[in-house]
Amino acid sequence: MTHWLIAPIVLPAMLAPFIVLAARYHIGIQRVFSIAGVVILVAISGGLAWATSDGTVMLYQLGDWSAPFGIVLVGDRLSTMMILLTSVLALFVLIYAVSSGWDNRGWHFHALFQFQLMGILGAFLTGDLFNLFVFFEVLLIASYGLMIHAGGTVRLRAGVQYVLFNLIGSTLFLFALGAIYAETGTLNMADLANRVTLISAEETVGIRVAAVLLLLVFAIKAALVPLHFWLPSSYAEAPAPVAALFAIMTKVGAYAIIRVYTLIFPPELAATAGLHDTWLLPAALVSLAIGMVGVLAAKHFDRLVAFSIIGSMGMVMVSIALFTPQGIAAALYYIVHSTLAGAALFLIVDLVRSSRANLELTPQAPVAGATFTASLFFVAAIAMAGLPPLSGFLGKLLVLDASFGSDLMVWIWAVVLGSSLISIVGFARAGSMLFWKAKSVAPPVDAVQAPAPATMSYVAIGGLITLLALHTVFAGQVHQYTSSIAAQLFSPEPYITTVIDTPGKLSEPTEDH
Amino acid sequence: MEFLIASAIGVMTAAGIYLVLRLRTFPVILGISLLTYAVNVFLFTSGRVIPGAPPVLRDNVTTYTDPLPQALVLTAIVISFGMTAVVVMMGLGAFLGSDDDHVDDQPDTPQDKPEGSA
Repeated sequence: MTHWLIAPIVLPAMLAPFIVLAARYHIGIQRVFSIAGVVILVAISGGLAWATSDGTVMLYQLGDWSAPFGIVLVGDRLSTMMILLTSVLALFVLIYAVSSGWDNRGWHFHALFQFQLMGILGAFLTGDLFNLFVFFEVLLIASYGLMIHAGGTVRLRAGVQYVLFNLIGSTLFLFALGAIYAETGTLNMADLANRVTLISAEETVGIRVAAVLLLLVFAIKAALVPLHFWLPSSYAEAPAPVAALFAIMTKVGAYAIIRVYTLIFPPELAATAGLHDTWLLPAALVSLAIGMVGVLAAKHFDRLVAFSIIGSMGMVMVSIALFTPQGIAAALYYIVHSTLAGAALFLIVDLVRSSRANLELTPQAPVAGATFTASLFFVAAIAMAGLPPLSGFLGKLLVLDASFGSDLMVWIWAVVLGSSLISIVGFARAGSMLFWKAKSVAPPVDAVQAPAPATMSYVAIGGLITLLALHTVFAGQVHQYTSSIAAQLFSPEPYITTVIDTPGKLSEPTEDH
Repeated sequence: MEFLIASAIGVMTAAGIYLVLRLRTFPVILGISLLTYAVNVFLFTSGRVIPGAPPVLRDNVTTYTDPLPQALVLTAIVISFGMTAVVVMMGLGAFLGSDDDHVDDQPDTPQDKPEGSA
């Protein structure tokens, strides 16, 4: 049994206490260790993604106890793609945090950042529902600290909302887990997949309630309307690098929905039939519409980007809610795109904020380094709004293509295309207010021109944009790979047999037992 | 026994939800505490209520209670306890900073509004 699968969890879990205990007063050492750790994480995740790309399901039994009694980590194509995406995103976000000095405006940024990574990577790798809850908590607890990093009353207020909303979400998660355990007597995902099919048609009340509760929890994480209210103010008030990292957190919700509702409660399961097409798809369409209308209606630049995240999550969920292999493949393509584009936009918001009095979308004197910032915004906005030639456009095409054959196809096409138009108008308005009309406003006489942002900040954002460009250029290969992920998700037998049938410690009875 | 536990969970959940829907931080935190108590009892009973039975293997015993929910509920208690402490501290900080303990976003105060909209 290889131990590489647990490395993405153990490495940040070891680095974080080391940074707190040994390097507390030395920001330089913290930065070196944090960045080195994330670089190693990228390498490990890349290796794991490579190892599972041929369809192998990697299994790691903690303490060598076999499932369903022990906790297992499972790496298949989906998990390893998500951890690779997370660690690559984390690298660029960290470069930005260091170069902009955000990590030095409060305590323990790097330690919390590593704990956050541990939670996110663990959530992607675990094969056990209760363990998923624990990793959700790890990532949430770290995010509470990161969210109020550098302090300030406004940020604390937004943080209280964020924490309260997520506490309610965690409580719901526990109710769902309790109900599932009471109905089936297991919380291992592969074991659940086997046992849920055994529930007879007359006794599905409990498991249906549990499935809906679980969907609610993941929908809160994925900021699906009407459970999105926590997102705009907390993402807008969070420090920019943190908000950029949070771009992956909504995807944790999307990942959990994909995983649980293809493996445990697949669409063809009679006990939970009607859950996906009746509720998920309309809710996703509404979030897409509300997100993009929010982009047009926002009065502040940071809120605008936060609403564009809701809109792009709506797009992801529309595609997931189709629950066809094409739909999931398109959703995964779009998840990569929207994570990178959303993170780049949040970092650009910070570039703008650093030399403006506020982020209101009104003409004010030009920001420092306006040329570079404006061009980066132009590219990122094109990507997020889904205009050609970038990957947002291709992602939307894939979603529209996957929606052929759905009962709500007309609605999907209407909402996707209509909301695209609205978001283009919204982004164009924001761009012209921030960068174009600024030229007509003379700076105040006594104004001190703020220094232009550090070069490495542009490198970090430029790196994310380059990844978006690569995501577009190699769209064929990426989509082929996401299709193979979807194919693996829709034939879960190898996953289940690998988890259940791999023997562990004491699987064979010995003499004295 | 079952009725007692079930109604306790129900009452605590109902009271918790009512308090969570209040406007100010303090009742909301109380509501979340009540909800976490409710969910802890709920988790505890998810392995069925079998009074007086041991959870681990013993000689000459035929009835066992399920040990797993007890492990689950321990994790849940630790997390919810810690999180309640965190949210109390953050809520206190926000209240002391802004002299206002509403949990929702307050509408912009008049001086924030752009000129002309009064």
